[in-house]
Order: sequence, then structure tokens, then C-alpha cells
Amino acid sequence: MMRGYFWIIVITLLIAATPLLTSSNTFFNFTVVVLIIALAAQGWNLLGGIGGQTSFGHAMFFGIGAYTASMLQTHLGVNAWIALIAAIAAGSLAGLIVGFLSFRAGLRGSYFALVTLAFAELLRVLANASEWTGGASGLLLKLEPSLANMQFSSRPTFMLLALAFVFISLVITQHIVNSRFGAHLVAVRENEDAAKALGVDVLTVKLKAISLSGAMTAAAGVLYVQYFLYIDAAIAFGIWISIEALLAPMVGGRGRVLGPLIGAFTLHGLGEITKSFAGRVPGIDLMVFAVVLIIVIAFASAGILGLLKKLSDRFAAKGGA
Amino acid sequence: MLQVKNVTMRFGGLLAISDASLDVRQGSITGLIGPNGAGKTTLFAVIAGFLRPTQGQIALFDKDITGEEPHRRAASGIARTFQIVQPFAGLNVQENITVGAYLRHTKPADAVEKAREVARQVGLEKDLDKSASSLTVAGRKRLELARALATEPKILLLDEVLAGLNPSEIRDIIPVIRSIRDSGVTILMIEHVMQAVMNLCEHVYVLAQGKMIAEGTPAAVCNDQAVIEAYLGKGSAERLARQSQGENHA
Amino acid sequence: MFSPIIIIEAMINGLLTGAIYALVALGLTLVYGVLHIINFAHGATLAAAMFAVWGLNAGFGIDPYVAIVIVTPVFFALGYGLQRFVIGPAAHGDDGNILLITLGLSILIENALLASFGSDTRSIPSDFAFSVVEAGPFLLSSAKLVGAVGSLVVAILFWLLMTRTDTGKAIRAVAREKLGARLVGINVGHVYAVTFGLGCAALGVAACLLMPTFYVNPRIGGAFVNIAFTVVVLGGMGSVPGAVAGGLIIGVVESVSGLLLGESLGQIGIFIIFILVLLLRPTGLFGARV
Repeated sequence: MMRGYFWIIVITLLIAATPLLTSSNTFFNFTVVVLIIALAAQGWNLLGGIGGQTSFGHAMFFGIGAYTASMLQTHLGVNAWIALIAAIAAGSLAGLIVGFLSFRAGLRGSYFALVTLAFAELLRVLANASEWTGGASGLLLKLEPSLANMQFSSRPTFMLLALAFVFISLVITQHIVNSRFGAHLVAVRENEDAAKALGVDVLTVKLKAISLSGAMTAAAGVLYVQYFLYIDAAIAFGIWISIEALLAPMVGGRGRVLGPLIGAFTLHGLGEITKSFAGRVPGIDLMVFAVVLIIVIAFASAGILGLLKKLSDRFAAKGGA
Repeated sequence: MLQVKNVTMRFGGLLAISDASLDVRQGSITGLIGPNGAGKTTLFAVIAGFLRPTQGQIALFDKDITGEEPHRRAASGIARTFQIVQPFAGLNVQENITVGAYLRHTKPADAVEKAREVARQVGLEKDLDKSASSLTVAGRKRLELARALATEPKILLLDEVLAGLNPSEIRDIIPVIRSIRDSGVTILMIEHVMQAVMNLCEHVYVLAQGKMIAEGTPAAVCNDQAVIEAYLGKGSAERLARQSQGENHA
Repeated sequence: MFSPIIIIEAMINGLLTGAIYALVALGLTLVYGVLHIINFAHGATLAAAMFAVWGLNAGFGIDPYVAIVIVTPVFFALGYGLQRFVIGPAAHGDDGNILLITLGLSILIENALLASFGSDTRSIPSDFAFSVVEAGPFLLSSAKLVGAVGSLVVAILFWLLMTRTDTGKAIRAVAREKLGARLVGINVGHVYAVTFGLGCAALGVAACLLMPTFYVNPRIGGAFVNIAFTVVVLGGMGSVPGAVAGGLIIGVVESVSGLLLGESLGQIGIFIIFILVLLLRPTGLFGARV
């Protein structure tokens, strides 16, 4: 019954224990960003890693989450937690709409990647022009730390909140992987025709996946505004978050439950190390990300977790012999 | 139980199947033979719902299913294998079969148990943890069979499961097919290996150039003039007749 | 709201810009038609080529039009090497991997440009940029006119190369039937790399034709890649005439919708076309192979 949950609990507890060991705000800032990205990336992983539908536009869900939460709070004075639920619902709905349009049109592979990118870019242009979204100057949330506003003056507290979100996303993903739906999703990734022949309703499976995926990534968008209290079109719908959401699972291990979290920590860890060496060269961390991506695809397409599994299998084989 | 009624399938200007009908009796092993390019696999795709016929109907237990999607047909009890095997290459054997088993079992534990049972039935129990892509040709054919069986079909469409196997592998798999029928699953099989057709099928349909040209017992069909000519060319029936008897070469 | 003269002028300007879009899209569609891959690094490569043109001018005073003879072969070689030694080997023949590798390359190139040149926008100062040609009631920019004519000339040269030369025949053979081409002794890896090189060479020419009227910064590729994808999808992935027609259409749409909706919303028309074509007619208007 514990299949897969053990490491989720261990890693979550390890991160949760960090405030006992350090009080460095730099560390907590770093971890919050990594956790937000890991959450957005878990959304990507569900659709792209487990389901094999590579999206280049997960920014659309991130942005929809972020803008829904901030617009409800600033324009209508809605409570932050209710705004969170609305944002998650909006992300899920957006997933259904985009999924319905593109999967029904039979878009796969590169075509699906391009159409998701186009949706994200379309939303970016719209958000940049509309008054509701604050146009190019973006939206600011009023600084009012309190549990009811989902704002915390203490960074460790916010980190624990983000960790709780990531933990929930990990448990949900693990549950899916162990379930019938997960098996169907993997079957769709591996071979759609064979899946159909075995009674898998391919369209419904993809729609479920993209709607859950949109919900998770939208939640990450909400966390982002609640932490930084500011959002604009370039942040919310920018290609950067689409790339982050894709890179983390690719590097950590696509289709693996802990892939996004491990990948996000590894990439941003490397990014920080590079920055500390290279000083202020702009974009140097992204260059490292890109090189890591290419190396992973060329030499370790199953990512870090895939490598670890291969090593442990080899070890087990030797031990057993 | 399965009826194909006057099915025509046209791709643009190409007539792949022309007014073909067949009737599969419950509990039988029925063969579908014919020269290469006759339209057999296309007909299978129409029966399984992967292609919508230009004209005609498919009925299962007298219910018209012509408009149903493939996954609905699987749920109604039609399972198919693919001529070119389509394993889930990234998964192991057990996971492959479990996908099929999930059609009738929602709980993971039940589905896995069903998958293991089917693996035993087709002789894959030793390979459960192997990656599907590491299997031999014969292993992949068995996997294709196992996955389809795991959906607990009423009728199983086998598209050349014996092609590419050596004689001893064929000898091993024939009893498996027969045992599947004995367990209550009706079988419709496309096959080129005539030895197997003669051995297994009670009734055979012959498709040539998209048309159903003959049907009957395997022995009757093999001696049918139209069938021999379809396979070997015009005038060959006469020539063969002059030769010795007992030549079941078709 | 607008006089017909202004709208027609916008359309003509759109056609002129569209010709250059067609040139940018040419490489993308060629690579798709032959290698069946979407080169995500296309925009970033264009940005690199534009920086090269700018650098040759700023450093050595070389006129952008003269730079064609330098930038084009250099980018051909670059593209050849990239496909032969990076993309090909790293992808293991998987289309999804190629998409991700070219995405990685695009991030790498873009940020390498950012690291080397900073985020400033640069342009080449010249009087030619402001000279105009009078055509009836319309005033047309000379540099844009040169760019459009140059683009169409290159498109015709491409077409001749593809239809009249042995290289072109080999490329088409590989595009149609990879295995068969290999069996008759065509070096498929080489042809892939040549195709990729040609795509990048087209970007080199496009950069030279663009720089007199346009500006460059490390992020410029993103704007072009969106347009180029739209052009290619509209014209039909892999179709050279489709790229030309698509480029002209997108140029006009952008110019007219920019006039009617304003700069920032003007791009919406492009994305909507892009999404609609993908959803409704993914083979494009001229859905054909090279």
C-alpha cells in the first residue's frame, strides 16, 4: 500500500525540518521559488511526463491561476483562500477547453506543443493590454500579512505553505500513478492505437489529465502572487515558466512522481552555484539549464531518477548474483 | 454473434473493401484468409472501430455497433491484436497486460491479478518483469495476445499472430489459441499459415481484392477454384487439378 | 475610420514585411519538410545572425547588404555543424527529443547573446533606412523594398536549388523516403545537415535584409519565431510556396490589424490565425511536402 509514498514523506519531512537548521532568508527564498516551480512542473509532468503530451505553454495555467487569484482579491475583495479555489478551478477549466479543442482536433507531438505555446502567448498579449489585468503595469496585492490573506511575514512559514501544496501534489500524482487512470494515461503516452484497442477512452483520459495538470500549475501561479504580491503579463504568461515547468521534470525524470521536485532543486541549485562563480553575467543560469537539458536528453533521457534507478538495479543484480 | 453486413471501405479513389459480409458463429474459430493486399487488415480495423466504413454495418449480438468508437467496442467485448505488434514499449510485460485488465477491473490489485492469470494462460508468466521491448518476436506476439485477452473479450480478432514465428514456435502457440476458444472466447483470425488455418478453423472466409470470394470449411475452401486462382493466378486451378492430389498449397 | 489610402498603404507595407517573414519561415519549413522536426531554435538563430550583421557593421563598418556574402556561408556552416554534431547525435532519432533539444539550443543562444551583448536594443544607423520611394499616392521605404525583393529572389533561388540541382534532388529523396534514399547510397546524415545549414543560411540572408530597417536585441528571436511558426503552419508544414504565401498573408494581417487595433493588440490576429489553422486545418493551405 505504501508503494511510492515512502520517499514522498521522507523528502517532505527533510524540507520541513530545514527551519530548525537555518534561518537564512536567502535559503528560504530559494526554496520557496523551487517549490513553486516544482508545483507548476508537477502539473506539466502529469500531462507531459506521464501522459506524453508535451506542452510548451504551461504558462497559460500558471498565469490564469495567478491572475484569477489577484484579480478576485484586488477588484472584488474576495478572501485569498476562496480566490485560491477559484484559481484552481479556472486552471482546470482552461485545461479542459484547450484540451478539448486541441485533442479533438487530433493534435499530438510538436503540433500540440505549438498550440499550447500559442495559447499562452495569446493570453500574454491580452493580459498586457486589458485594464482588468492592470495592463503592462501589472497588479499589486496589498501587503497585509495574515493567515486569512495567505500572506506571511515569516519566510519559513510561507515555505511550509508551499511545501504543503507540493506535498499534496506529490500524493495526488502518486495516487494517479498507482491507479487505473494512471495506467491508462501511460498507455496513451506509449501507444494510442493499442490503448484504444484495449478499451481506453483516449480523449477522456487526455482531458482528465490536462484539466488536473492545469489545476496544479494554476495553484503554483497563486502561490507566486501570494509570495511576491505582484504579477504582470510577462511573469504570469511568459515563456520562462513554461520552460521551467518542462525542464524540471525532464531533468529530474519525466513521468516520475518526484521528478519535478528533484529536477527543480537540481537546476536551481546549479543555477545558484553558477551565479556565485560567474557573478553578474546575465542569463548565465539559463545557459546552464539549457546545457543540462541537452545533456540529459543526449545521455540520460530518464533523468536523474532514471539514472538512480539504473544504478540501484545494477547494484541489486550484483548483490543477488 | 458478429456480423459484417455488406461493408464497403473506400479511401479516396481506392476501393479497399467492396460489399463484404461475414458471420462469426459464437464459440467458433473462424478464419479470414486471402492474398496480400486483399483488405483483411482493413476489414479488421472496420470491425474494431478504427475505421468507419463507407457503407455497410457491423453488428455484435444483433446490435448495430457501426457508429461506436473503438474503446466502446472493446467494452462491448471486441478485442483485437495488431498485425504489426504495438506493445507499450516503455512498460514491462505485467504493466502491458494490466492496461487490458483494467477494462473490467477498476481496482489495481484485481487488475494485476487478472494480468498474471492471463500471462500464465499464454505462457508469459516467467517474463512478467521483462521490458516489453526486450521480448523476442514470439514473446511480443504472446504479449499482444495476452493484452487482448486481459480485456475479457467475447470475440477476439487475431491479425496474423503466427506471422514471423518459426515452425516450433507456431506449434507451441496453436494449443494456446485453441485453449482460448475452449475458455469461451469466439475467435476470428487473419492467417497466412495454412497449416494453422486447417488445424484450427471450423469456417473460413476468403477475401481477394476487397471482395469475399468464398466461404466454407477449410478443406472446401482450399479446393475452391476461385480461391486457387485468386492466390496463384488465372488458369492455375486447372493446372493444379492435373497434378497429384493432397497438395494443399494455397 | 481610416481612408482607403492608409489601409492600402498598410497592406503594401505588410506585403513588404511579409516577404521577409517568408524568408525567415523558409528555413523552418524546409527543415520540417525534410527532417520532420520543428526547429525551436530558429528565432534565436535569427537573433544571432542579426547580431552578426550588427557586429560586422559596428566593428568593421561593413554594410549590411555586403555582409550577405559573409554571414550566409558562416550560418550555413553553423547550421550544418549544429545538426551533424549536436542535434542529430543527441536526439537518438526521437522527434520529441529534437523539439526539446532545439528548445535547449534556443535558450542557450538567446542567453549567450544576452551575456555577450547585454539586453540593449541596437540598430544600424544609416540614411538609407529613411529614404523612400514614391509609388503613385504611396510612400514606400526603400530598405523595405530592397528587403522584399531580396527575399523573393532568395525564395526563387531556393526553389531552383530544390528542383534543379543534385543536392536538391537528394534532399527531396530523403524527405520522401529516408530508408530508400539510404539504400541508393545517399548519406542521410549529411543531407539532414545540409538542409539544416540551408535553413540557417536563409536566416543569414534574412538578417542582412532586416537590419537596415530593424533593430536587434537578444529577445528578438521570440517575436520572429512566433510569426515564422504561424507562417509555416498557415502555408503547410514543409511547403516552400506555402511559406511564401503564408509570409505575405501574415505580413498583411499584422500590418492591418496593427493599424486597426494598435501595436500591442495587433499581434492577437497572428496568434488567433495560428491556433485556428492548427485546430481546423493542421495541413495548412498548401499542405504538401518539399
